[in-house]
Amino acid sequence: MTPTVAPPVLFLSEISATFCLILILLVPLANIGLALVNTGLGRARSAAHSMLAALCVTAVAALVYVIVGFAWQGAASHPDHVLTVAGKAWGWIAAEPFFLRGLRLDFSPTTLVILLQMLSVGLAGLIPLSSGSDRWRLGAICASTALLAGFTYPLFAHWIWGGGWLAQLGANCGLGRGFVDGGGSSTIQVVGGLTALSITWILGPRRGKFSTDGMPAALPGHNAVLVLLGCLLAWIGWIALNSAGAMLFVAAGTGRVPLIAVNTTLCAAASALTAAVVTRVRFGRPDASLSANGWIAGLVASSAAAAFLNPAAAMIVGGVAGILVVTTADFLEFQLAIDDPGGAISVHALGGVWGVLAVALLADAGARGQWLAQLVGIATLLGFVLPLTYGLNWLLDRVYRQRVEREGELQGMDLFELGAGAYPEFDIHGDEFLQR
Amino acid sequence: MKMAGFLLLIAGWAIVVAAVALLPSAGARVAFVLAGVAVELFGLGLAVRAHLVLPAEGE
Repeated sequence: MTPTVAPPVLFLSEISATFCLILILLVPLANIGLALVNTGLGRARSAAHSMLAALCVTAVAALVYVIVGFAWQGAASHPDHVLTVAGKAWGWIAAEPFFLRGLRLDFSPTTLVILLQMLSVGLAGLIPLSSGSDRWRLGAICASTALLAGFTYPLFAHWIWGGGWLAQLGANCGLGRGFVDGGGSSTIQVVGGLTALSITWILGPRRGKFSTDGMPAALPGHNAVLVLLGCLLAWIGWIALNSAGAMLFVAAGTGRVPLIAVNTTLCAAASALTAAVVTRVRFGRPDASLSANGWIAGLVASSAAAAFLNPAAAMIVGGVAGILVVTTADFLEFQLAIDDPGGAISVHALGGVWGVLAVALLADAGARGQWLAQLVGIATLLGFVLPLTYGLNWLLDRVYRQRVEREGELQGMDLFELGAGAYPEFDIHGDEFLQR
Repeated sequence: MKMAGFLLLIAGWAIVVAAVALLPSAGARVAFVLAGVAVELFGLGLAVRAHLVLPAEGE
């Protein structure tokens, strides 16, 4: 294991760097949008808790990422530790200092990468919030986010965006351009989605979600307006995220940003409309929350390939994402008894995996062996990231119980953990409508 | 069953990584990567089954 130097430094002219910085400063809109979606899809009696948790996640993620996260992730132009196997060097973890010591935070691509990643890791941390809605303690949320931002996310992100072994699949094995993910379908979305799955498994379902005969009860979100407003805000943030990511991680020029914006929008539009049509056909009326989830799933799926798709392919990517999100949400709930209030697993984990595959199937960048590189990346998410994130959260649960006490679920997280509700002038309903 | 599922997930990934790092022939590499993914899917199935909630527990 020796430190080595990965590919040449990414060069950005001053104008490009300024443009990239402006894009990065718009990325928090994706975080805000996702926080609103999560809160709207949750229950009224936990709304303040949900928004405070989003704020805490963003804060913890940024702090922990700067303290230790970037040290593991690094950047493609920086030294990392390598394992030499069969004569080939494979980068597996970065060799950066903690607390960003010694790094000049100026107008360089490395600084822009750090800034974008501080925001992206917060976005990844927001994803499990919706799956743990109404039963996940605030302290546990912060601790779990610290594990995500401090280790799981940076390690996997190094393998793709830091010049690690997945990025090297092209140079070392001739598998296309190596694993390609411009905007984070895998690093942000699937990592967050698999953490959401782990949290759902560890916490178990909400009280009253499943009746004694195993049938799930409908626990509808409390505010569709918040959900749909969140979708629109997330759209702007996602365009910025996909564009900045493509500029920094796949060396797309500024001239490619309009194409990325068009493709991101087309993906989201096709996905939301497909979800609306599918729910209209299945239930007789379009479902607002599933259509909103379709919109987000389209954004998620667009991230990996937006820089490489033509507009028709972007519509296909979105359409498939819309079908996927509606069908798998029901499957997870009815067949696998997974209580995921915000649909994070179907939207982020499955939508992200589809986005990663779309690079190989539909993108112009598709080179010989690209599909195998993408498949190796998906296998890594499944076989490494899922056991890792589950194991870390399981250990955390042994040390510090993650699920709130019974009284907390009955009262609602707002009153139990914060002492006040989000809507003090309104009556908040209890569980009287649930099956018993 | 839960532990077996997660161990299979990791074992499948190990097969994939070994295939990519060690096998020079493209055909063998593809075959072993697909085999590794199949092992992972089997492991995921076991992990999902282990987490199926009995109605009494969900209440």
